[in-house]
Amino acid sequence: MSSTYENVVEVRNLCKYFPIRAGLFGRVVGQVHAVEDVSFSIKRGTTMGLVGESGCGKTTVGKTLLNLTPKTSGEVVFNGDTHLDQLKGRALRDFRPKIQLIFQDPYSSLSPRLPVGEIIGEAVREHHLVPENEFDAYVSRIMKACGLHDYQKDRYPHEFSGGQRQRICIARAIALNPDFIVCDEPVSALDVSIQAQIINLLEDLQKQFNLTYLFISHDLSVVQHISDTVGVMYLGNMVEFASKDEIFANPLHPYTQALFSAIPIPDPTVKMNRIILEGSIPSPANPPSGCKFHTRCRKCRGVCSQKVPRTLDMGNGHTVACHIYDPESGYGEE
Amino acid sequence: MSKKSNETSYISARESRRISRENQKITKKLDKRLSRKHVPESEYLTQMKDPGNVVEFDNLHTYFFTDVGTVKAVDGVTFNVPVGKTVGIVGESGCGKSVTSLSLMQLVQRPNGQIVEGAIRLNLGGKAFDVAKMPIEAMQKVRGNVVSMIFQEPMTSLNPVFRIGYQLDEVIALHNPDMDEDEVKSRSIEAIKMVGIADAEGIYNRYPHELSGGMRQRIVIAMALACNPRLIIADEPTTALDVTIQAQILELLRDLKSRINASIMLITHDLGVIAEMADYVVVMYAGRVVEKGLASEVFLDPRHPYTIGLMESKPVINKKVDRLYSIPGAVPNPVNMPDYCYFRDRCEKCVERCQGKYPPEIHVSDTHIVSCWRYFDKGGAEE
Repeated sequence: MSSTYENVVEVRNLCKYFPIRAGLFGRVVGQVHAVEDVSFSIKRGTTMGLVGESGCGKTTVGKTLLNLTPKTSGEVVFNGDTHLDQLKGRALRDFRPKIQLIFQDPYSSLSPRLPVGEIIGEAVREHHLVPENEFDAYVSRIMKACGLHDYQKDRYPHEFSGGQRQRICIARAIALNPDFIVCDEPVSALDVSIQAQIINLLEDLQKQFNLTYLFISHDLSVVQHISDTVGVMYLGNMVEFASKDEIFANPLHPYTQALFSAIPIPDPTVKMNRIILEGSIPSPANPPSGCKFHTRCRKCRGVCSQKVPRTLDMGNGHTVACHIYDPESGYGEE
Repeated sequence: MSKKSNETSYISARESRRISRENQKITKKLDKRLSRKHVPESEYLTQMKDPGNVVEFDNLHTYFFTDVGTVKAVDGVTFNVPVGKTVGIVGESGCGKSVTSLSLMQLVQRPNGQIVEGAIRLNLGGKAFDVAKMPIEAMQKVRGNVVSMIFQEPMTSLNPVFRIGYQLDEVIALHNPDMDEDEVKSRSIEAIKMVGIADAEGIYNRYPHELSGGMRQRIVIAMALACNPRLIIADEPTTALDVTIQAQILELLRDLKSRINASIMLITHDLGVIAEMADYVVVMYAGRVVEKGLASEVFLDPRHPYTIGLMESKPVINKKVDRLYSIPGAVPNPVNMPDYCYFRDRCEKCVERCQGKYPPEIHVSDTHIVSCWRYFDKGGAEE
């Protein structure tokens, strides 16, 4: 596993469709386009934030990336040459520890029947990452790095609070010495003060182990704090992608603008010029024609409902999929 | 392993049985009082301290009698909700903010959960009732009528097997027994229209699962508004919703409040939502109010170390910090609360006096009150 490649993961034109089955024989009557034509790459040691409303496909991206659900089409490349879906048997087994996942709910993602030391160490032993005689010391070291105590090794998950459980989940992921971790809403089930502890822990571990994160969240303020690059998804499409500073200072897509303006700010003196989106997210089984956002867009014109917008490069790695910025779309002529 | 026994509060089965027996004695007595029939109104009639308030919580204590000991979920909470204003209650989970509101509705899980002390004075216009003393029978006429509640999860607060219309009709018919069917229906449709749903007749005949999360929450709000309540309790109304839908719902609540002149008690852990909606803010920690005041006072000039910590630990959009502040430690065990300031063990700004008993309420200004020893000498007069 050389670490010479700059991009830990590259995603090109990733698509994931779920079949809709009906009738007695489960005939496929349609497709849910959960992820459609999503491309991005994440540099080593950085964090990419993935934001969007529920049902926009951000979790599916994370799962498809790790091949937990097989993709429909497109490419996912780790470290420049590893295609996860082409690996089999031994090779797949050897590669798995390099990519890890932290789930949203620390209450349902830990086995209630295993002591914490075993939860963290199980996969380490399975993959023979450390010699048997150093195993205990290794688990203790990992627990300490995640802010847990040595003597808690023999306790069971139900004896821990939500924040501590999330630490156990993080320790379990870190123990395998991964390159890349998908964090699927790791803090949204936690209280504000505990959230801060977990975010700080994730940042410390990133520095210590040179980790790369894909941080999936609907909380934009958390994403802004932790991410280096941010991708905004809407109904399976990546509508905008840019560096954090760029996207928050200069959001281009009307959806991104509305999303950012909807965040409540804890300061009663700030009166925001809020863009309120009408209605809710359409069904992904029957998405609107053309630009999928046109049904809720304030700047919608005729072309938006007819043509699918191209993904445009606006410079500085800022990409946006919107007709407004495409001189060839005919948006300006209407 | 010695640390283990110190940290957790395991008790023997025998001890647990003893506590359980004692609890039963207490809860039975309290329950009996509540379930009496035909209680004269004079028994729970009371006087508002200030007729400008809808609700006055006065030294409210709501305890849960569990087999491991008494959990003081609400331990001496005092604050007011003025007419036509929004009061925001913030705090982490387990701080008692929901139990405070459930006490007002008398919806605390009985027989274990009981209001044991204090008063909740509810203003009904001409007269005032003390909810803490009201029997269940009388409470049923108030609940959903004068005070209504919006819950966090719109899916679980609607019954999946009944149509939206039926569920709305039920509320209205129950509190207006002299209305006929058509009147009830037209009132339901009016309520649906009020929450910004265009196709009201269509929605009237739909089932909850046919609606999106935002729409369901609108229906729950319509249900809460159906009887023109004087007070709406919104318990985390937008936590389960997306940001864009949250913005819609908050806009709706603000608009409705000004139209029907009701007060709102908004319970949330999101400081952003509070800042946007509330006129007054109450910050709770471990069952007690640690700070209360006008929204501008609490947000621009927070005094209690817990409030300050809470505000600093939340990342704010377009405000860069290298490292988030995190309050060290965790909330103390609710079964054996200490007799000193509950926040002392997590506080980084302790003064000498903090070793003493729980701090009194200290007035920073006429409306801004904080419970912290640090402000004891600095101009604040003790209550």
